[in-house]
Amino acid sequence: MTAPLYKFGLFNDEVSLIVAFVIGLAFGFFLERGGFGSGRLLAAQFYFTDMRVFKVMFTAITTAMIGIFYLSWIGFLDISLIYYGNTFIYADILGGLILGIGFVIGGYCPGTSAVGISTGRIDAIVYSLGGMFGIFVFGEAYPLMKDFLNSGFMGLINIPQLLDINYGFVLFIVILMAIAGFTLVEWGENLMAKKRSES
Amino acid sequence: MINFKNWFTHYLEDNALEGELFPKFYWNPYLVGIGLGLVLLATFVIMGRGLGASGALSTVVSVVVDEVAPEHAQNNEFYKGYLGDGTESPLKDWLVFEVLGVFFGGFISGAIAGRNKIMIEKGPRISNKKRLLYAFVGGTLMGFGAKMARGCTSGQGLTGGAMLSVGGWAFMIMVFVGAYATAYFVRRQWI
Repeated sequence: MTAPLYKFGLFNDEVSLIVAFVIGLAFGFFLERGGFGSGRLLAAQFYFTDMRVFKVMFTAITTAMIGIFYLSWIGFLDISLIYYGNTFIYADILGGLILGIGFVIGGYCPGTSAVGISTGRIDAIVYSLGGMFGIFVFGEAYPLMKDFLNSGFMGLINIPQLLDINYGFVLFIVILMAIAGFTLVEWGENLMAKKRSES
Repeated sequence: MINFKNWFTHYLEDNALEGELFPKFYWNPYLVGIGLGLVLLATFVIMGRGLGASGALSTVVSVVVDEVAPEHAQNNEFYKGYLGDGTESPLKDWLVFEVLGVFFGGFISGAIAGRNKIMIEKGPRISNKKRLLYAFVGGTLMGFGAKMARGCTSGQGLTGGAMLSVGGWAFMIMVFVGAYATAYFVRRQWI
């Protein structure tokens, strides 16, 4: 095992900040290339006219997932050293629901709003100010919500562990789901386009 | 003196393109997805962590609260988590630098494509003022929801999704449920 490189001490914290900036550059570049700096294009996902949010996100998740699997399989990457969030199932579900509502009302999510701002979208600036206000409200209400937030704790758990099935098998199912999903949305988009050209 | 306006193709007074979508000028979404996936994979391999975004905003909010009311911030577990032990600036944070990168990366891509434009994103049937109000309200909900779920579309969705995290997938499904359930009520804003 040689990766994650940072965890094996290949570079220090100062360098990690430069790495963060460079990774962010690539992240922002691809987000803009995909049209994710445009709130209107992002929102189109929820009116079935342009399903790029689904396509991009699912492709990205699947790509990274396959990469992790193979790099770990050949003994290069130690998955157990990768940090990701603990599951607090109730807070994850309710938080996701609230964020989803905010997404279609506001037009962005935190990452895409950064791209929206840098490409000149005034509504993205206002959205981010709202975001900071929301975080402030959360921070003030935190002591009251603490019990709820910490309920439903399941720890660091992934789907193969939850269902007690083979990691590779879950990977295979997700890939099948992705292919089925992409076929479905391509078909749906064509249907919507036809409907629009008729009206 | 640099003329910042030159970095944008159109200015606010030119709203000729308002209400029009140009998806065809963007890259193929599957290609973009593979690109983003590889960036995410590189982050896992190099750093042993995933991407994020809302965490950087939380750091900024915590720093502001700490500036205005230090005692209040220090007594709140949530803010304190982002402020650290005080030996280093809280802004010297991995996510803060990553989001700075996102900002410049988006700008560079937009500049190359000529898509940097000072404008308000909205459909043709809503006023600017109303759209900005919606943007603020949506942002507030997003900030609150992201903190409740301990991550946003980047941290929980992409990172948790790729790690097959149970919470990440539950979160992601609920984002789509929430957005689709609300879409009808704000349709005048977008279509």
